[in-house]
Amino acid sequence: MAASSIYVHIPFCEQICFYCDFNKFYIKNQPVDKYVEVLNEEMKRVISMDEKPSIETIYIGGGTPTALNEQQLKQVLDDVNTLVRNPEQVREFTVEVNPGEVDRDKLKMMRAAGVNRLSIGVQSFNDKLLEKIGRGHSAQEAVETIDLAKSVGFENISIDLMFGLPEQTMEIWKDTISKTLELDIPHISAYSLKIEEKTMFYNWYRQGKIQPLPEDTEAEMYEVLVSGLHNAGYTAYEISNFSKYGMDSEHNKTYWKNNEYYGFGAGAHGYLDGTRYANIGPLPHYIKAIENGESAVKESHEVPKTEMMEEEMFMGLRMKEGVRADRFESKFQTSYYTIFPEVIHDLLERELLYDSGDSLHLTKNGKLLGNEVFEKFLLVY
Amino acid sequence: MNHEQRDARQKKIRNFSIIAHIDHGKSTLADRILETTRSLPEREMKDQMLDAMDLERERGITIKLNSVHLKYTHTDGEEYTFHLIDTPGHVDFSYEVSRSLAACEGALLIVDASQGIEAQTLANVYLAVDNDLEIIPVINKVDLPSAEPEKIKQEIEDVIGIDASDAVLASAKSGLGTDEVLKQIVEKIPAPSGNPEEPLQALIFDSIYDTYRGVIAYIRVIEGTIRPGEKIQMMQTGKEFEVSEVGVFTPKPVVCDELTVGDVGFMIASIKNVSDSRVGDTITHANKPAEKPLPGYKTMNPMVFCGMHPIDSNDYNALRDALERLELNDSSLQYEAESSQALGFGFRCGFLGLLHMEILQERIEREYGIGLITTAPSVVYNVYLTDGEVLEIDNPSKMPDQQKVDSVEEPFVKATVMVPNDFVGAVMDICQKKRGEFIDMQYMDENRVNIVYHLPLTEIVYDFFDQLKSNTKGYASFDYEFIGYRESNLVKMDILLNGEIVDALSVIVHRDFAYERGKSIVDKLKELIPRQQFEVPVQATIGNNVIARSNIKAMRKNVLSKCYGGDVTRKRKLLEKQKEGKRRMKSVGKVDVPQEAFMSVLRMDED
Repeated sequence: MAASSIYVHIPFCEQICFYCDFNKFYIKNQPVDKYVEVLNEEMKRVISMDEKPSIETIYIGGGTPTALNEQQLKQVLDDVNTLVRNPEQVREFTVEVNPGEVDRDKLKMMRAAGVNRLSIGVQSFNDKLLEKIGRGHSAQEAVETIDLAKSVGFENISIDLMFGLPEQTMEIWKDTISKTLELDIPHISAYSLKIEEKTMFYNWYRQGKIQPLPEDTEAEMYEVLVSGLHNAGYTAYEISNFSKYGMDSEHNKTYWKNNEYYGFGAGAHGYLDGTRYANIGPLPHYIKAIENGESAVKESHEVPKTEMMEEEMFMGLRMKEGVRADRFESKFQTSYYTIFPEVIHDLLERELLYDSGDSLHLTKNGKLLGNEVFEKFLLVY
Repeated sequence: MNHEQRDARQKKIRNFSIIAHIDHGKSTLADRILETTRSLPEREMKDQMLDAMDLERERGITIKLNSVHLKYTHTDGEEYTFHLIDTPGHVDFSYEVSRSLAACEGALLIVDASQGIEAQTLANVYLAVDNDLEIIPVINKVDLPSAEPEKIKQEIEDVIGIDASDAVLASAKSGLGTDEVLKQIVEKIPAPSGNPEEPLQALIFDSIYDTYRGVIAYIRVIEGTIRPGEKIQMMQTGKEFEVSEVGVFTPKPVVCDELTVGDVGFMIASIKNVSDSRVGDTITHANKPAEKPLPGYKTMNPMVFCGMHPIDSNDYNALRDALERLELNDSSLQYEAESSQALGFGFRCGFLGLLHMEILQERIEREYGIGLITTAPSVVYNVYLTDGEVLEIDNPSKMPDQQKVDSVEEPFVKATVMVPNDFVGAVMDICQKKRGEFIDMQYMDENRVNIVYHLPLTEIVYDFFDQLKSNTKGYASFDYEFIGYRESNLVKMDILLNGEIVDALSVIVHRDFAYERGKSIVDKLKELIPRQQFEVPVQATIGNNVIARSNIKAMRKNVLSKCYGGDVTRKRKLLEKQKEGKRRMKSVGKVDVPQEAFMSVLRMDED
């Protein structure tokens, strides 16, 4: 099955958030124009102009794509469109946006280039908390960016929220949820903090300067979120993604459905022809590789069938629709009950999974303990 | 070699070892001696040459003995042969120390010029005096600002009762005093006496196992001569072997034609097991045996026992192999197979002491790559049953029912703590809390006090070192020796997880301390055992009475939400890591228990 999704990574930021461990660099003094040029070169090498693929979803992420200036961003969007057989019919074309980093013109340019969905990194509507996690914007700026996007004509808007942050109280979190509901946004991603190595938070955590929230508080925050959004008419179509009817993120579903996708840019990941790959992360190395005519791929892994089946389960179960029996069978010519008999029965018995007849799903408790469930589907290890 | 040559040679041999407290500079001085006598080309000099194992270097202690053959040209122009025999620096190995001292005619006593004599040093000096050794005091680190050499000289004279007026003032670090040390070795330490023509008596002071050559015995010839091809007999075990090689360490092993009176070196005789070449045993000729063995031989009995179980039950055979291997090198290690409900198949292992135990655990994990779960160490209890039977219990879970027990005896030790005046109160406080019986207190000088207590060994096994260190700011030094068994009011305390007794966590405690210990263990387990998918009650019980309890709450949330831009590989790694983490735990009933939890019964919370 040919890939019908494209991910493009823009590894620049105006400001580095304390929790972020993605491949990203301070944009100041970086060869941004060069990067845009080299990125295009990488894409053209992978996708032949003679055999352009039909594409369903495009996602420009980062870093912060909006750290690029209007002209640079336009160049990237145009370059991507050039690769696509059906630029007018791409179902979902998302760009990640940081509050305060777009003006009317930039947004208009994006719409003109075919972008039909924005993912805005709001994280919180509490200014003190925003400052404590190293975001460079205020709650007010976030609201203004959302309003501006709406006024330019973007209807499919998603915002990112974070919970489980140090010093975040239940009150602050509830307040952020209710502000979110007031804004009437069709899609919300809510992520709980994980303190990753190579972040400011990790250093502070090790020095004892910050404490992660207790597990119980984090669990309550998740429950408050789920019930709050449920009552407001959102569907939790994935563990941390919520949407109004029909507004699921098709691009992210590519990952969870274990489908293939192109990944371009420094540090980007992709999955093509049964092989998962990761590009070189550090900018100078990435640029040099492309300029020398070498591959941007740092490491690749041909996914064996067993792993593919494992991934089908631990990614698919994240979704409300779960893992469908017929889909699994047509992909692997066997059923999940044949491959994971004891695991599934054990998880059903412990009420972490349920079988709706034609598919498997996480139960309410199973969602909270997702990693405990997913772990069981690793056969090889 | 004819009679006269041998005699002349023998007169120029000096055998000595070095006695010192940890950190007082023993290894550094040994290095300086090696350097000065040019026994090692400089490129081969690593710091602290004699500490061969990585573990020894890391811990700064000597575990296995070493001996070195050195050539020294004295100021009289004559060349002398020195044998420097290294001694292990820890109380667990005091028998090995006494045997290596028995292989010498003299000893260097190194005392730190600021710290003075420590309990450990004292114990070893007494061993040396006991073996009639000539002692040469060396006051080390005299170049430090806090050095008080005159005071230390006085202390040596007062405490040990030897003349310290000629004590060498040295700085092993800078090399100051090394020449004087070498000079005094020639002039003060007597040459070996003994007759090369007499029936052979060679003392084994260490033996190691080499994969290719079998056991290599480290020996000192007291009487007679030993050569390759000769049939020998071990006088304690009666076993006979044929000598294939003898030689000396320079420190590299160098083969020679014979070892005779006064020589210190090695002997290889296709011996398969170190238990056939026991430390302290006497080697003699099979066809012309000596009348009696050399004095001082003892079989070493383990004092401390613990269960060692592989985390991965597939490693059971590998663990047995590792223990077999280690036993080849360590005749004081004992082990027998045991099976625990909680930990599965493993081994009950006996050690000379705590350090010995820790070293073996570390070597198994490091050198053999086997993940271990070890239970808290236990001593051996004599249990008198009501029907008259007497049991020796080295595993608390094997303690019979309370009703069947008439009385229990536990091992006691005489503990000597040396400490600055200011901490006398603190030390007595600890000893009192550890059920100690005060025996004696002596002032070494205005400031330093030697305190003697009789203490149950089990209390020493249980966090005594830690408490002593933290309550005396590390100033206390400590030594102990076994004195015998005494009756005590002891009971078995069980620990229950999720309602089931975990045999590997059972402990034997004094009834008066049971409540406190129970609470501390339960709290510690609550802290160490991660949340499970259900609530886990933790209880401490004596018989049917619950004396402490707590609950580990059920896991509420463990799910990763971030998408990582489609980086599935990373998600997979995270799940693999999580799974691996669980594999390193032991499932007890349905509860996943991490390794550290089984040792937790050992450590008290800091107040």
